[in-house]
Amino acid sequence: MQQTEPGPDIYLKEIRLTLGASRFHFEGLIRGGRITAVIGPSGSGKTTLLNTVAGYDQPDSGKLVFDGESMAAKHPAQRPVSMIFQEHNLFGHLDLFTNVGLGIHPALKLNKDARLAVSAALARVGLGGMERRKPATLSGGEKQRAAFARALVRNKPVLLMDEPFAALDPGLRLTMASLLRDLHHETTSTVLIVTHDPDEVRRLAQDVIFVENGRIAFHSEAADLLAQPHLPAIAQFLKG
Amino acid sequence: MLTPQERRLGVAGGAIALAAVLAFMILALLALLAFPSAPAGGTIVTAYMWRILQFTLLQAALSTALSVLLAVPVALALARRPNFALRTWILRLMVLPMGLPVLVVALGLIAVWGRQGVANSLLMILGMDRPISIYGLGGILLAHVFFNFPLACRLAVAALDRLPGEYWKLAGSLGMGPVSVFRFLEWPAIARVLPGISSLVFMLCATSFTIVLVLGGGPAATTLEVAIYQSLRFDFDPPRAIALSLLQVAVTASVLGLLGLIGSADPTGSSSSAPSRRYDGTSLAARLWDALVVLLSVIFLLLPLAAIVVEGLQADLGRLLTSNAFVKAATSSAIIAVSSAVLALSVSTLLIRGRLAAIDSRRPGTVAVAYWRLLGASSLLVLLVPPVVLGTGWFLLLRPLGDVARFAPILIIAINALMALPFVMRVLEPTWEAHYARTTRLVASLGLRGFWKFWYVDRPILVKPAALALSFAMALSLGDLGAIALFGSNDLVTLPWLLYSRLSSYRTADADGLALILGMICLALTIAGTLHQTDRSRRAAD
Repeated sequence: MQQTEPGPDIYLKEIRLTLGASRFHFEGLIRGGRITAVIGPSGSGKTTLLNTVAGYDQPDSGKLVFDGESMAAKHPAQRPVSMIFQEHNLFGHLDLFTNVGLGIHPALKLNKDARLAVSAALARVGLGGMERRKPATLSGGEKQRAAFARALVRNKPVLLMDEPFAALDPGLRLTMASLLRDLHHETTSTVLIVTHDPDEVRRLAQDVIFVENGRIAFHSEAADLLAQPHLPAIAQFLKG
Repeated sequence: MLTPQERRLGVAGGAIALAAVLAFMILALLALLAFPSAPAGGTIVTAYMWRILQFTLLQAALSTALSVLLAVPVALALARRPNFALRTWILRLMVLPMGLPVLVVALGLIAVWGRQGVANSLLMILGMDRPISIYGLGGILLAHVFFNFPLACRLAVAALDRLPGEYWKLAGSLGMGPVSVFRFLEWPAIARVLPGISSLVFMLCATSFTIVLVLGGGPAATTLEVAIYQSLRFDFDPPRAIALSLLQVAVTASVLGLLGLIGSADPTGSSSSAPSRRYDGTSLAARLWDALVVLLSVIFLLLPLAAIVVEGLQADLGRLLTSNAFVKAATSSAIIAVSSAVLALSVSTLLIRGRLAAIDSRRPGTVAVAYWRLLGASSLLVLLVPPVVLGTGWFLLLRPLGDVARFAPILIIAINALMALPFVMRVLEPTWEAHYARTTRLVASLGLRGFWKFWYVDRPILVKPAALALSFAMALSLGDLGAIALFGSNDLVTLPWLLYSRLSSYRTADADGLALILGMICLALTIAGTLHQTDRSRRAAD
């Protein structure tokens, strides 16, 4: 179930869109196979950036290209993308097996191998044997692990995460971050993770994008940015 | 956080309201049970009564099944299109049947589906000989569907709108087709609320009076409620009325028991959250299907309402409005509606204050909790004894004291207030409870009490739900035909009763005009209520 190729470069070319009174303008190249943290003030457009890559928001103009392949007019289902949200990643009334299995086939037509893959993925994230549990009986961390398991079986080269650990307590964030790092080591997908936590940036990110007022204000390697914050707003963010 | 005195006053007030409500109901039931000529239980239930019981249950079951079956596809279509420009207006249109007097809507339905109606005229052009009959079982089902299909639809849409936005994003990203979305998301959401919706609709149809009175009739299409009325008003056969009443109470008790088990749906139910964006249903076939079902349901709802306006405008409204009969009826109606609404609001206020006072301490004892439960249940117990049964009991109780007509206005006000009580409580209590929880500590620490506490702390928050509750209660009373049908006389005529008599004596032009006027009054009251609701949801969205 592991892919060998690293995830694609994501090229945002002059992407413009307007949502209500907010205008967005994204331009940049997100390097493939790396973990890029997306940081910035609330309402600056971090989620909109992810929604645009995933296909939930359609740009008014510009181009979105994955490794040379244009994503324009592609429905979210047709893009090689998995998404993990802060909460509600699992359908609350369905058990874990069904929730993860839907990642393999959207009508749950699973053969024997697929069933085994679901159980293996659950075991990989530390939820072995919990196939029949309902999300309501799980802790916040376990629910996010189950969401990881689904991303694993989907095996898409791009993984988008919108504050996936924001609802967890600090100790748990640490374990989840190391799980994410391990999984990324195996899959080398292109990961975009929105976060408000400077420690998470230090822990996880290879690259960092700083979004402000609907555009990408700064984009560099994490090491550079952490060594010398170029904008006052970034320094502010790193202080936490 | 109340002072001991405030707590004592609150508990005592709740007790007074509870005693009044229970006494009014229990006295009526005792009168039924104690009536001297009532023979022992079993023998009175004749074949005739079995037939009526069967028909009551049959029509309620069929009405429920049809309403729910039609509501589901329309709800799915509306929920799938959160950005559809007319969606809010269609959902508002679906509130309308609940707010209009049943008799007024019945006239509109007759205008569309009756012998001379639009539907039959169209079918005659196609060479059929008036194939649709509005009278009998078919008409009763049609009317019940007209009232309850939009109710079921709104509740189902609200259930779908409550699903988190992430679900639809996930469904889109996982590539779920329409069948998968229905199987894994929509159906589980609807299935959760379906038992509550169905039992609510069943309850409303099993106790429906006006529809059956106007469109049913004859032993073949009579329900318990109408049979009670006929036994008392036409045949003057109290034993039969009593037996039927007890049968009716048994039916409502069973349905209420069932409702208690599976949890009722909120009939005022509005979705509080703004619907989330959807990423499915983009295919042409899906768009066409959704457009078709929504269009058909809008036509189904609009035609009778339009007919009320069109037919009403043909009447001589000027003469009608100035006629003696109208002025008299309108005055009685206004007095009864305002009095019963104020009474319902006062009783609710006492009950709610009693409930809050009962559990005011950190650790309320078992007695306090039991009292709190009892006060809450009392507003639902009211549903147990339908208005016609209450009226029958009080009719028997007061008859020895002379002409019952003397007491008629008070009885009608009391019965209408009781009918409105569950609705008033539902509107008022959640807001009040939340307001109390937010402010009680601050109020206690500042030592606010009495009139100025009410004026500065409570009034600004509670005035809107109270106004909504009043408008609900007034609309309910203005449209009520049940209580007035038992007690109406030449001296006491309300607008619905005047309308019904004009209809019975085939003065249809007058009836149409009255229906338009009465409909407009209730529409104004309903709009007052809905305006408030949009106001509230807009603030919640900020």
